Amino acid sequence: MFETLSHLALQQYWWVIISLLGGILVFLMFVQGGQTLIYSLGKTEDERTVIINSLGRKWEFTFTTLVTFGGAFFASFPLFYSTSFGGAYWVWMLILFCFIIQAIAYEYRSKPNNVFGHKTYEAFLLINGALGSILIGTAVGTFFTGSQFSVNEMNQSRWETPYHGLEAALNLQNLALGLTVFFLARTLALLYFINNIKDTPIVERARKQLWYNAPVFVIFFLSFVVALLVSKGFAYDVINKKVFMEDFKYLHNMINSPLTTAIFLVGVLLVLYGIFITLFKSSKAGIWASGIGTILTVMGIFFLSGFKNTAFYPSTFDLQSSLTIENSSSSHYTLTAMSYVSLLVPFVLAYIFYAWKAINKKQISSEELKNESHKY
Amino acid sequence: MLANIDLSLVNWSRAQFALTAMYHWLFVPLTLGLSFIVAFMETIYVRTGNPEWKRITKFWMTLFGINFAIGVATGIILEFEFGTNWSNYSWFVGDIFGAPLAIEGIMAFFMESTFIAVMFFGWNKVSPKFHLTSTWLVAIGANLSALWILVANAWMQNPVGMHFNPDTARNEMVNFWEVLFSPFAVDKFLHTITSGFTLAAIFVIGISAWFLLKKRSTLFARRSMLVAAVFGLLASIFTAFTGDSSARLIAQKQPMKFAAFEGLYTGSHGAPLMAFGVVSNQPDTSKNYLPDIKVKLEVPNLLSYLAYLDPKAFVPGINDLVYGNADHSLLPASEKIERGKVARNVLKAYKEAKEKGDEAVAQTLRAQFDDAKFKSEYFQYFGYGFLNDPKSLIPNVPMSFYSFHIMVFLGFYFILLFGLVLYFLYKGNIEQKRKFLWLAVLTLPLPYIAGQAGWIVAEVGRQPWVIQDYLPAVAAVSQIDASAVQITFWLFTAVFTALAIAEVSIMTKQIKIGPKEEGGN
Ligand code: HDD
Ligand code: HEM
Ligand code: HEM
Repeated sequence: MFETLSHLALQQYWWVIISLLGGILVFLMFVQGGQTLIYSLGKTEDERTVIINSLGRKWEFTFTTLVTFGGAFFASFPLFYSTSFGGAYWVWMLILFCFIIQAIAYEYRSKPNNVFGHKTYEAFLLINGALGSILIGTAVGTFFTGSQFSVNEMNQSRWETPYHGLEAALNLQNLALGLTVFFLARTLALLYFINNIKDTPIVERARKQLWYNAPVFVIFFLSFVVALLVSKGFAYDVINKKVFMEDFKYLHNMINSPLTTAIFLVGVLLVLYGIFITLFKSSKAGIWASGIGTILTVMGIFFLSGFKNTAFYPSTFDLQSSLTIENSSSSHYTLTAMSYVSLLVPFVLAYIFYAWKAINKKQISSEELKNESHKY
Repeated sequence: MLANIDLSLVNWSRAQFALTAMYHWLFVPLTLGLSFIVAFMETIYVRTGNPEWKRITKFWMTLFGINFAIGVATGIILEFEFGTNWSNYSWFVGDIFGAPLAIEGIMAFFMESTFIAVMFFGWNKVSPKFHLTSTWLVAIGANLSALWILVANAWMQNPVGMHFNPDTARNEMVNFWEVLFSPFAVDKFLHTITSGFTLAAIFVIGISAWFLLKKRSTLFARRSMLVAAVFGLLASIFTAFTGDSSARLIAQKQPMKFAAFEGLYTGSHGAPLMAFGVVSNQPDTSKNYLPDIKVKLEVPNLLSYLAYLDPKAFVPGINDLVYGNADHSLLPASEKIERGKVARNVLKAYKEAKEKGDEAVAQTLRAQFDDAKFKSEYFQYFGYGFLNDPKSLIPNVPMSFYSFHIMVFLGFYFILLFGLVLYFLYKGNIEQKRKFLWLAVLTLPLPYIAGQAGWIVAEVGRQPWVIQDYLPAVAAVSQIDASAVQITFWLFTAVFTALAIAEVSIMTKQIKIGPKEEGGN
């Protein structure tokens, strides 16, 4: 059934999948957010153990989503993979180091003879939580602000600044997105704890923290969105594929694509709704509303960057080197084959949801942890 | 390998990839095998309801978890390294190579990581059946991870199912099934996972032997040993067979690698198999000639037989492959390099004509890439066009040779060891065989050595190619400063070494603590 689709339709389909994976990834980054809250929410060793175990049962999902996001991007838009990873070397390496140290931190933290002591592993979690989320947000910021690279006629790419990605962190708009992701992750983490943990002092502190983190998130988010909507964007001509700068490009994309706008707005409203019911209605279900809202919002942002003849990975060094979903994708054959594989995604989501439910039937508490043989 | 690192970009990138891959491979094989061993044990527990088996399952599961975490930590970097360090490669073959990587994530990693949560935290939360299913799914998921990455690697050794598209200047996939079911992929997958099973079986046996020597938890130890030895014996025999068939494929498709790990400089009919030997890597440049091996112990005709199932068959040696051998219609490497350059120039001319808008010229040039004669006489050697020196086609012979022989020797030794364990268990006197138990303990590191050696054979032996005959490492690398790669290389060395030390320390402690006496609940 996918064979008959045009190459462009397959490219669009894969941009939707990439956006979906990106959205799920940002939602699951509540794990990262939670890792930056261990000490502000947990005042005793016991409380910290509860918090870490609550996160520890979820960290693999985030990690695996990141890995799959990378793999799916490679398979569907290999020129992005080669250009961005090979060029913005330092940003990606830093992100990877953040995740390497996370992967062992949970398992090793409370084991005897762990050489470096539990504080070190908690520091790993903190670094991963703070730096990981800010850097990923900053890297995605370059989808709108561009980077300095060139691509030659053999499609080989070159980074044209010696900073190899570090320069992205100097752009305020990128940073705003980085901090948005950081505070969003913390906000989502608080909603998650309120849902997952049965321990009054921790939950009370989480509710209090929400009063600080949610507004900061909203401020950064709004400043990013406003800057985006008034900025010039990287458009390309439908016929000759030449890239050019267009005033208010992303605003135009919103106006011209009601579906994207709807997804984006519903997403934003759901995020706010989740926060609202937690703050004012003492609800525990905020994580679900805000989580789904996050997925939709991120998808909307990706749609703005890649659809409607927009270059999703622009080059400020040489406009014509900019990557679009059309010039950076895999062949028709590969996208078709991968589209069949993508049919597994709903199935995977279903069993993840099922397993998550099975593990979460009971809320986590220090009581429960006493009977737990596998404890972090 | 560290000895011949110079400061150039490509060598640092290779060193970094080798370092990270070898670290990953320290932890992955245990995951592949131990996940199955744990699943067998839990199956016995669910079938018999005997709490001792639950205790056994839980003990090995704890060790599994410690090892798994660091396997994941070392894996993430590899996936992204294709982009960060081999970006030209990622474009040139990403259309084919990216797919298995993505499928691995969607199909295998999620399965593994989801059900691992149930396996570790579900004991008191889900039904025993659901728990057992989860344990099996973890094992299947882990081995599916291995499948897809090995399909990708096999494809690099023997690229199939693709064609070159001059417009995008890359290779594109035309047949997914050819990629998935290429004999290289099938053999590589089976050989690699069974080598992981072998390693895990020896791991369990070695630790159990230690318990027996300490006279602790002896029932636990004997039962663990039994499961592991049965599994290990089957796996190690399978490893030997699939290794043999891998070698036969290599003789056909990667003759240079084959000659290198067999230490065969001068080819012949009825080539002998060298069981032991001392190899030299000093080409005599004055005579345009590569030396033969000095010290050796040979079995006549056996190599020809092993490679082609015919004791008289001609097996080309390194000299034949570099300098050509007209009798067997082997082109000299210098000629392949010339032809490769012709193919590259046609591509360049095509791009220039396009650039100038000279459509007529462009179309005639483009047509060449669909021409069968051009393909077989020139394009086939495309990758050679990136090289200049015929001798650069020779991989590191001593490294390939010794690694291969160490691996094969150990392979046969493991089969023997499993056989003896089963024999003594059957006799019921294994606890008295203290020397043998010590041998089993001391064998623990050896499958790790065999596995690393195997990858050295596979990866060092295919140098200078990243993609056999199409893309040498020099043309695959990202354009970054060598110093940047140097920094990350040392960072990885430091971080991974620190983590590995923590892992070993935690693991030994858990082993010393031993299986918990809580019994079944
Ligand atoms: C416990 C580990 C172990 C053991 C005992 C063996 N192998 Fe092995 N071997 C591996 C672990 C391994 C490996 C790590 O899994 C490799 C690396 C790449 C691959 O495909 O598998 C490998 C590669 C490898 C290759 C190169 C494949 C390639 O270049 O693509 C050959 C020819 C053999 N093996 C042959 C053998 C033979 C004839 C053995 C005799 C018993 C043997 N191996 C035992
Ligand atoms: C986990 C097991 C593996 C180990 C231990 C391993 C080992 C090595 C070693 C020793 C080298 C260095 C060769 C040299 O430069 O002389 C190397 C290079 C490389 N390997 Fe592997 N390898 C493994 C798996 C893989 C897989 C599965 C792939 C691809 C799917 C792969 C792709 C590469 C690439 C791209 C290079 C760098 C280019 C080159 O030097 O040719 N490796 N590996
Ligand atoms: C060089 C190529 C390789 C890449 C890019 C790679 C990538 C990865 C990644 C990203 C992970 C973490 C996945 C997670 O989030 O759970 C991982 C883990 C794993 N990989 Fe690799 N890998 C490579 C080589 C191999 C090989 C050769 C095998 C087996 C034959 C293998 C088997 C596994 C398994 C079983 C895991 C699960 C974790 C563990 O075993 O500790 N990988 N790999």
